[in-house]
Amino acid sequence: MTEQSRGQTVKPIYLDYSATTPIDERVVAEMLKYMGPESSFGNPASRSHSFGWTAEAAVEQARKHIADLVGANPKEIIFTSGATESDNLAIKGAAHFNEKRGKHIVTCKTEHKAVLDSCRQLEREGYEVTYLDPMENGLLDLDTFEKALRDDTTLVSIMHVNNEIGVIQDIEAIGKICRDRKILFHVDAAQSPGKVEINLEELPVDLMSFSAHKIYGPKGIGALYVQRKPRVRIEAQMHGGGHERGMRSGTLATHQIVGMGEAFRIAKEEMATENARLLKLRNKLYDGVKDMEEVYINGDINHRIAGNINISFNYVEGESLLMALKDLAISSGSACTSASLEPSYVLRALGRNDELAHSSIRFTMGRYTTEEEIDRTIKYVRAAVAKLRELSPLWDMYKEGIDLNSIEWAAH
Amino acid sequence: MAVYLDNNATTALDESVLEAMLPYMGQMMGNPSSVHRFGRLQKDAIENARESVAQLAGARAEQVIFTSGGTESNNLLLNGFSRKLTEQNAQARIAVSAIEHMSLMEPAQHLPLAVDTIAVDENGYVSLQALEQVMTVTTSLVSIMTANNETGAIQKLSPLITLACERNCFFHTDASQAAGKIPLEFIESGVHAMTLSAHKLYGPLGAGALIIDKRLPISKIQYGGTQEKNLRAGTENVPAIVGFGKAAELALAELQTRSLHVRVLRDALEKGLKQFNAVTIFAEKAERLPNTVQFGVAGYDGETLLMQLDRKAIAVSSGSACTSGKTDPSHVLKAMKVADTLANSAIRVSFGKENTMSDVDALLKALHDIIEINRNSSVMMAANV
Repeated sequence: MTEQSRGQTVKPIYLDYSATTPIDERVVAEMLKYMGPESSFGNPASRSHSFGWTAEAAVEQARKHIADLVGANPKEIIFTSGATESDNLAIKGAAHFNEKRGKHIVTCKTEHKAVLDSCRQLEREGYEVTYLDPMENGLLDLDTFEKALRDDTTLVSIMHVNNEIGVIQDIEAIGKICRDRKILFHVDAAQSPGKVEINLEELPVDLMSFSAHKIYGPKGIGALYVQRKPRVRIEAQMHGGGHERGMRSGTLATHQIVGMGEAFRIAKEEMATENARLLKLRNKLYDGVKDMEEVYINGDINHRIAGNINISFNYVEGESLLMALKDLAISSGSACTSASLEPSYVLRALGRNDELAHSSIRFTMGRYTTEEEIDRTIKYVRAAVAKLRELSPLWDMYKEGIDLNSIEWAAH
Repeated sequence: MAVYLDNNATTALDESVLEAMLPYMGQMMGNPSSVHRFGRLQKDAIENARESVAQLAGARAEQVIFTSGGTESNNLLLNGFSRKLTEQNAQARIAVSAIEHMSLMEPAQHLPLAVDTIAVDENGYVSLQALEQVMTVTTSLVSIMTANNETGAIQKLSPLITLACERNCFFHTDASQAAGKIPLEFIESGVHAMTLSAHKLYGPLGAGALIIDKRLPISKIQYGGTQEKNLRAGTENVPAIVGFGKAAELALAELQTRSLHVRVLRDALEKGLKQFNAVTIFAEKAERLPNTVQFGVAGYDGETLLMQLDRKAIAVSSGSACTSGKTDPSHVLKAMKVADTLANSAIRVSFGKENTMSDVDALLKALHDIIEINRNSSVMMAANV
């Protein structure tokens, strides 16, 4: 992913690895074995011939690779079309199945839309959902969390790594509280495998969502971990054939599953060295901009994955900054909400005011990010912020010592 | 390599479809929802594919909603329709034919709405009378597949659609198996929703579509994003969608040549099959997909036959892959009033564009050997007694 000059166009530096990652070439090579007329194509559900059996064996091998990275039993891995489907299946599936025990769910305001919108749907169905505020650093306060639990709480859904600010929640502690109260615990881990150690054999987690395209695997495939001992039961959301132990019907996309498996296998191998490398790059980026005035890090800097930094540049409008930084492929937050011009709901939940939330940029680095790219990024960012501030009347007022919060703006 | 005659279960990805997909598995990366250049190029690719899929179906691009496959499309249709009606507090029943695919049958059974089953005749056809019989004043959705995955029987949908429309009833058709084999006319036919699957037409696994007319009441069933006109949340599977588009484009361009090719093979096979007294071709009198023949071999157990054929390197199935592994006779054949014993001996052969006449010969020879050996051994057994 190094920059290449092709005629006039220069390819932007890709720093949006939390939105999606390129597929690793090694992953593509594995996938190709199951694509095309000369390949081992076949419907894994076909039981009457070797084409089907070969495909099924490949699916089971991939299931094992995925289980291995997260310390699960392969039988606990259910394939889906992606983390959004996994979140939907886990939350609606668990809530529906346990409807008779209670209809209260606890989650956090900084969850991904896939979790929040699934919860909203349950509210429409008559469930009650508590959306907790995180602390200012993006982490959940365990006391606040525990106080939110009720006798009729059946499900808690808290993400492992936040997609915007990269903070890592203490899922072990949260899970323990849930276990003590026999409440099911779902974790959206779309952003964490390969970045944070996960050992489901020991973690008190009942359901966990995974995505392939955030970890150098293909789009269109994800998984849901469903604990077997003790057995967690959920209601299927998609019917028709009873694939995946009846929890998710539909023909399995062999090549995509194989790709996900290979991506998880590679991640297990390279996680330690890659995290160390990314941490260096992130620190370099942070060090390169932190001496600028009015620069704020969003989210806890220590409890955070190595490849993420989310910075607010005060007195600069985020969208203008994105435009000015057209040589960088970055975002102001989640890709799934990036079309809207609303300030990030995640940053709002941390208590950031509209201005700071509006001026935030998420930089997410990954496997193909180079030091040279970070050097250039620092240069671009410093120049763009300086230029925009030069044009900004707010910046002038700030420099003159006027407290902007004290101004009453005329409505217009 | 074995002879693959199970193209209704899945097809091998076409080389040029793979070629179209490869850039999107490599340099062309990004999340289509991202506003930067990487994202915008992904979005463009999706829109091009949407156009191709729409053309194959005789629909407009804006009517195409991409999903993860035919199963999701059918689930989205039924649950999304049912959810919308529930939101509007409407009383409704739906009617589905007795020969629908499991991906429609099973979600239908889980709906909060009442479901009526439409009978078929011995050729696998839904008659106008059969539909009329189950329709009530509250029936609001009818779902009848375009062509059956097991027998290949192609429904005469036109009068059925007309009847449904006269009764202010919406009409869905699962065209997963028909697409790429016979022409589709979404708009002209008057249906309100149509299911397609990419991997049945030499496209990739993991992509499908639900084509919907805007009059159809429908809500999303998977939450967490506004993708696909807010009807299907989740990051789009761009490489698979691109592959689906290319596969649709080729399927449309080559519709006649492909149909003719498989028809010649299928007809030759049927001619050969008629030499066996024990063979009965199902839905024989129906107009069928040009690539499909399902038949029973009286006195034989289907599972054993399939295994024997597999040992002779011929890949066929009894019916749907999605129900394979189950020992119950096919619900399709049951609905056609085929006797259980005969239904249990069913073999479905589905040709694809890569098959040749030598594949037909290989299958006929294999069947001949199996039946001959069996007869000889039963003669011997009889002699021993």
